Amino acid sequence: MTAPDASHINRNFKSRVIEALEDQELRNNFRGAMDFLMQKRAAMFPDPEDLEALRHRGEQIRNRCLQQLPELLEKLESQCVNNGIRVHWAETAEQANNIILGIMKDHQATRMIKGKSMASEEIGLNHFLADHDIEALESDMGEYIVQLDHSTPSHIIMPAIHKNKQQIARLFHEKIPGIDYTEDVDQLIGTGRKVLRQKFFEADVGLSGVNFAIAETGTLCLVENEGNGRMSTTVPPVHIALCGIEKVVESLTDVPPLYRLLTRSATGQAITTYFNMISGPRKPDELDGPKEVHLVLLDNGRSRMYADKQLQQTLRCIRCGACMNHCPVYTKIGGHAYGSTYPGPIGQVVSPQIWGLDKAGSITQACSLNGACRDACPVNIPLPNLIRRLRHEGNIDSADSQTLGRGSLRKPVESLIWKFWTYLNSSPLWYRLTLWGATRFRNLMPSSIGPWTRYRSAPRPAEKSLHELVKAHQSQSPSHVIKPTKQETK
Amino acid sequence: MSRLYPEKPGHVYFFGTCLIDLFYPEAGLHGIQLLEREGIKVSYPPEQSCCGQPAYNSGYDDEARSVAAAQIACFPEEIPVVVPSASCASMIREHYPSLFAGTEQEKLARDLAHRTYELTEFLVEVCRIELKDMGAPAKVVVHHSCSAQRHLRISGQTQKLLNQLDNVAIVQQERAYECCGFGGTFSVKAPEISNAMVQDKCDNLVATGADQLVTGDCGCMMNITGALEKRKDPLKGQHIASFIWERTQ
Repeated sequence: MTAPDASHINRNFKSRVIEALEDQELRNNFRGAMDFLMQKRAAMFPDPEDLEALRHRGEQIRNRCLQQLPELLEKLESQCVNNGIRVHWAETAEQANNIILGIMKDHQATRMIKGKSMASEEIGLNHFLADHDIEALESDMGEYIVQLDHSTPSHIIMPAIHKNKQQIARLFHEKIPGIDYTEDVDQLIGTGRKVLRQKFFEADVGLSGVNFAIAETGTLCLVENEGNGRMSTTVPPVHIALCGIEKVVESLTDVPPLYRLLTRSATGQAITTYFNMISGPRKPDELDGPKEVHLVLLDNGRSRMYADKQLQQTLRCIRCGACMNHCPVYTKIGGHAYGSTYPGPIGQVVSPQIWGLDKAGSITQACSLNGACRDACPVNIPLPNLIRRLRHEGNIDSADSQTLGRGSLRKPVESLIWKFWTYLNSSPLWYRLTLWGATRFRNLMPSSIGPWTRYRSAPRPAEKSLHELVKAHQSQSPSHVIKPTKQETK
Repeated sequence: MSRLYPEKPGHVYFFGTCLIDLFYPEAGLHGIQLLEREGIKVSYPPEQSCCGQPAYNSGYDDEARSVAAAQIACFPEEIPVVVPSASCASMIREHYPSLFAGTEQEKLARDLAHRTYELTEFLVEVCRIELKDMGAPAKVVVHHSCSAQRHLRISGQTQKLLNQLDNVAIVQQERAYECCGFGGTFSVKAPEISNAMVQDKCDNLVATGADQLVTGDCGCMMNITGALEKRKDPLKGQHIASFIWERTQ
């Protein structure tokens, strides 16, 4: 079995974008939802100075933990083992899938219930298990909706944010036997809950993600609102937690500030309804909880990110999704257009580093480098700089880079244009000659210049360049002669 | 956090930017004239061309570095460099130091970054300019570029400058924070997305009922006014330097 192929990300990117832009309902759904989320977040951070201080603290905590990542991971492992948690290391998606399959097989398990886990989406777990006749059912309401729709999450926090109430009502009516069409949200949620409740009891294994893994105590923290995370991790006899290696924090005291930043940035909540701290399987004197807890630590490209000082900043991410909510591109095209488990700005940074630029590098072009994501990021990840860096990696096969597929996006014609541009702009003589030509022959400039003029009128060179205007200006009133008195302006 | 500003100098460099040079030269000239009116000698080194940002944003670092190096050479004296564009100013201030990190020009790049100012920032914070509005009453909508808002964080200064114009009523657009979709080569590489962004921006600008659009960045202006023209919307744009110069004559 191979890991999921990600080459579709580059291949069909443009057509997915066009399709999304033409879907007015989809665009309304995203616009409305993102506006709502931005307002909710803003209401949580009324004081800009407080926010800056919090973000700075979040950045420092994540940096400190990343600086000692190898040691913290070892400590996490030993503390988890002390707590009775079995720890597995997966270097690749394929290994992670096989480890999980192995645990399932050990228990002759055929049914898995899942809390929300983007890492499991990253490794394509559901498809992999389906190929082995194992049913993996999503229990997060958003994930449940997209699974019912044979789709994938369009947002890392709100998987079904691309759908409105009416669309979900139709989906439930069509896909769940015996369900009448209703747009009543409480009724819809009630339906989902009823279906899932039974599945929790039938499941052999529960799988969850991890928000913070505490090295000091060997505790796995899970942030959620629906209670499905708690059900998935306590009701089935076996719990598997899938955790990216970057999620480790040093100590218990690191969690509150990060948790605070996470919920406020993600959904504009001061705190979530559930915060689970999992510190091992059921003890002999305990009445509930799983009999076995497994922790699968997933690398899948994270060590490569870690090896590069600049790209390592990617790993600070606490997966709040605020960068998506604030991204004017994501707001227009939605999550599916990116074609990756991780959409939006952080997705543009993470995806090419996991799957390689040759497979997922094109999405770095869908960014105007406007910086809205950087300002929203609770841990100050310089996302535009990283996106730009990955564009560079796509163009150049540099020896000191570890990024997969580096140099694979280089286009010979484009490179040649940039060489020419460089020559023109670093040679004053040629630059001015071109300027002179463009201004003199301004009326000969084409009115159609490719993609630009499809949507805009063509800019026309001025009659005289600034170079010429300044020359004429200086000959009238030489700039080195300071005017005798400053013009009275009051 | 906030930048420390020097006393008003007697002499500055002016970096006109390539877009202004070719498409909006009057904005550059008006910027120079505003500085001169403040009693400052303005040098415009004729060897200047482009800050290198188009190549840099496209991930062509070597190319960007070559062009940037040619600009660094234009401004050798230890005097401020004033730029009538937040985007190009932020290229020099934010990115030259990392672009030249580890090279022989690193120190020069840092030094240049340190003494580079966007025009409105310089007029307000360094010149402490005082304006007397002689223009007719006007209803104006302002577009602050992303570089002004989020990279240099100087949109407040631009606002302060416009607030001095008594006959100008500034109307607010919805989602003023949102990018217009220019992004340099982004508008050519992802034209459909860029178009969706600029159309939204145009909708919000036109909805204000403003007589005209004022902005400090000609990249945004070229994008927005180009789209407005194609839509046959009558709203016209002007660079803030021209807008202020013409109203204070």
